[in-house]
Amino acid sequence: MSYTFQFGVIAQYQNEILAGIWMTIKLSVASIILGCACGIVLASVRSMKPGIGRILVDAYVEIIRNTPFLVQLFIVYFGMPGLGIRVSAVTAALIGMTINLAAYSTEIIRAGIESIHKSQIEAGEALGFTRLQIYRHVIIMPAIAKVYPALCSQFVLMMLASSVCSAISTNELAASAAFVESQSFRSFEVYIVVTLIYLALALALRGMLAMIGLWLFGRRVARRTAVALPEVQT
Amino acid sequence: MILRTFGFSEFGFLVSALLWTVVLTIIALSGGGIVGFFIALARTSTHKWLRIVAATYIQIIQGIPVLMILFLSYYGLSLAGLQLPPLVAAGASMTIYASGYLAEIWRGCIQSVPKQQWEASESLAMTRTQQYRYVILPQALRISLPSTVGFAVQVVKNTSITSIIGFVELARAGQLINNATFQPFRVFIAVAALYFVVCYPLSQLSRWLERRLHARSHR
Repeated sequence: MSYTFQFGVIAQYQNEILAGIWMTIKLSVASIILGCACGIVLASVRSMKPGIGRILVDAYVEIIRNTPFLVQLFIVYFGMPGLGIRVSAVTAALIGMTINLAAYSTEIIRAGIESIHKSQIEAGEALGFTRLQIYRHVIIMPAIAKVYPALCSQFVLMMLASSVCSAISTNELAASAAFVESQSFRSFEVYIVVTLIYLALALALRGMLAMIGLWLFGRRVARRTAVALPEVQT
Repeated sequence: MILRTFGFSEFGFLVSALLWTVVLTIIALSGGGIVGFFIALARTSTHKWLRIVAATYIQIIQGIPVLMILFLSYYGLSLAGLQLPPLVAAGASMTIYASGYLAEIWRGCIQSVPKQQWEASESLAMTRTQQYRYVILPQALRISLPSTVGFAVQVVKNTSITSIIGFVELARAGQLINNATFQPFRVFIAVAALYFVVCYPLSQLSRWLERRLHARSHR
């Protein structure tokens, strides 16, 4: 194999790559916040009494978790205009990522809520907590603290999966890579560099989530988050 | 120009493309299973360096997007002077992807076999190979079933990413049909439904295995 690697060429395109990194970060952070918020709401609906709400949430979670993210993006970006909803590629990516992440976080947080023992809630009642206080301090926060590592793994997976958004022409990091590759013809070098950037982003995101865990839930949860690898949600 | 509409023959094309999704999934799971098995063994080995190398491999694979693995093997293989059909590039990268995740799943299963099992088999003067073969792996296999089947669902879904390098599987077939019919909503809903038909039974199977495993261990 006689091939000379030329990484120097890529430096000329640092603005494109930086713009791509910035877009990936923005999309990931926005979808994590929105998806997690939706997940908390849906998981709460899910844990109420059986009824139409529970059936709808279950159906939503199952449909999203059993279809590929790429196809979900296609439906949002190419399919929605047929129904009269036209969105830009970036908005479509954000919608797709939020819908996807919401389903996974619902499932994870639901598992957390189910692990809260009934006696905890009774103890809350005995202490004279209002229903809202019980919900917040006895159910949701401990539930999230329990599943926080799994939740974070899902967030990291979502950040990595955002690379797929380049297929609907969202100008994030993978799209920047494709652009630089088409300009410089240094395919292998470009993708090695971009892969390393993704790796760094994943490690940075994991570290940041561990810090947030430390701030929200204390040291024990944060340590589990820092060492946990992305778990596979089944 | 007359546009085609999304009818039976188009749906038939999607179904035949689903076959390639299944083929790719089987390649990824068997290839990734073999590689992942040895990495899981290395990850639980008594040699410190083997453990570090295996852990680094897992960390890297789980820290980069599948799309990047795909591009790297696609361009990497052609750099090496190999002109290979997309199926090989797609199969190779899905194998690498699956190996990184399966190794980590199985490491967890091997380590969840109680320590006493190791001690008991050691006291029976078993060699390490015998310990793995007769004591540890049969138990780890049972524990690993639910999560392995669950991961198969992820693999089926992630094969859709190979459409980006032009491998014609279900998602790519959907794009092709869409280009001919311009009925994106119908086409992609049909594509999603086909994925669902494959993935949902697997998800349910994984859940059922999980329940059965728990029922046994709590008896």
